[in-house]
Amino acid sequence: MEIKVLGSGCPNCQKLEKMTINALAELDVAANVDKVTDFKEITKYVMSTPGLVIDGKVVSQGRVPSQEEIKRLIKTAQNT
Amino acid sequence: MRDGEALLASGIQRPAGRRDERLRTFFPLILLPLWVGLFLSLAPASNYFVDHLLALPKGNHFTEALRFFLYEVPKVLLLLTLIVFGVGIIRSFFSPERTRKILEGKSLFLGNVLASLLGIVTPFCSCSAVPLFVGFVETGIPLGVTFSFLIAAPMINEVAVILLFGLFGWKTALLYVSTGLVIAMAAGWTIGRLKLERYVESWVYEVKGESPQGIEEKIPFKERINAGYLAVRDIVSKVWLFVVIGIAVGAGIHGYVPENYLASLMGKSVWYSVPLAVLIGVPLYSNAAGIIPVVQALLSKGASLGTSLAFMMAVIGLSLPEMIILRKVLRLPLIIAFAGIVAGGIILVGYLFNLVY
Repeated sequence: MEIKVLGSGCPNCQKLEKMTINALAELDVAANVDKVTDFKEITKYVMSTPGLVIDGKVVSQGRVPSQEEIKRLIKTAQNT
Repeated sequence: MRDGEALLASGIQRPAGRRDERLRTFFPLILLPLWVGLFLSLAPASNYFVDHLLALPKGNHFTEALRFFLYEVPKVLLLLTLIVFGVGIIRSFFSPERTRKILEGKSLFLGNVLASLLGIVTPFCSCSAVPLFVGFVETGIPLGVTFSFLIAAPMINEVAVILLFGLFGWKTALLYVSTGLVIAMAAGWTIGRLKLERYVESWVYEVKGESPQGIEEKIPFKERINAGYLAVRDIVSKVWLFVVIGIAVGAGIHGYVPENYLASLMGKSVWYSVPLAVLIGVPLYSNAAGIIPVVQALLSKGASLGTSLAFMMAVIGLSLPEMIILRKVLRLPLIIAFAGIVAGGIILVGYLFNLVY
């Protein structure tokens, strides 16, 4: 699984990255978590940061989802 | 504060039972009467505390400063909590993607008007300014319309409006919002007419074709209420300290600076007071919560309304960090034009109000 956390380095983006890593650990799922800070790359996916991209698909943007929601998003992506 | 945050966080993370969720959704309705009761008892409570419990002599500088502080801080924090909760829910109906869809294909003038209005309700944080700018421009929304949005969004925010309402009254709050809107519309329109597109970094246009995917989210009602909670947690925890410090400084000015002390410096007879206020205001980066209580105190000491309004708009609406972030997509001449046109609009508004009042 390829996960991208999109954000220019604001507090919310760092929070999302940390929560995603925690969620993966809790679910015991192996994935590459990539922090994307380059605007050229970010703007290919979203208009508002922070954004979460799983296997090339935007699953959340402009907010920090709760830990439970992140887990759910990861599980959904796993099943497709 | 810490405990409250931890409690809230655990409340969100707990695999919520249905009853739990329903309680969270309807809890605000129970809190509302409590809020009203608390709000109404603020004045008697602060007076009782100062006059009877502390038994301070009336009319003395320290007493009045303390009275002002003890009344205004809880009042503004109460207003802030209520409105931020409401605005959080309203904002859940607007997303940058939806706003972009509305603005697509609109003519210049209508686009400027709509973009300024949507700038108020669309969730926006200055760290998102760059992706938002790119997202707008690449779908063909004119530069001028995009700027109307980028000017209105930070300048007219709920925190500023609540503080103005709480400390100055509804007339000044309305004045600020309406003149802010006019500046956003007019400045955006002017930037559009000047045809400055060549000063946008070229990579912005190259993103074209790979339009951001975005997601159309269907948000259930309880999630919207939750958005209100989250907004309160995020904003109030960030802003409360500024409110306390701002009002403390304001209280000090109220109590100790003589009346009309500032008339010769920030009064309306001083012709250079407005541009000077703007010049000082732009690099001064503070949020509305810190600056408005201080300005309110200045106003009561002889500063004129136009000068004060211009100062607040410059501090809140034009910020150096945002311009530095925008440098990633805009070349210097365009940033200078943007700052210059908005500052010019603010100065105009300042003079206008000094003239009328």
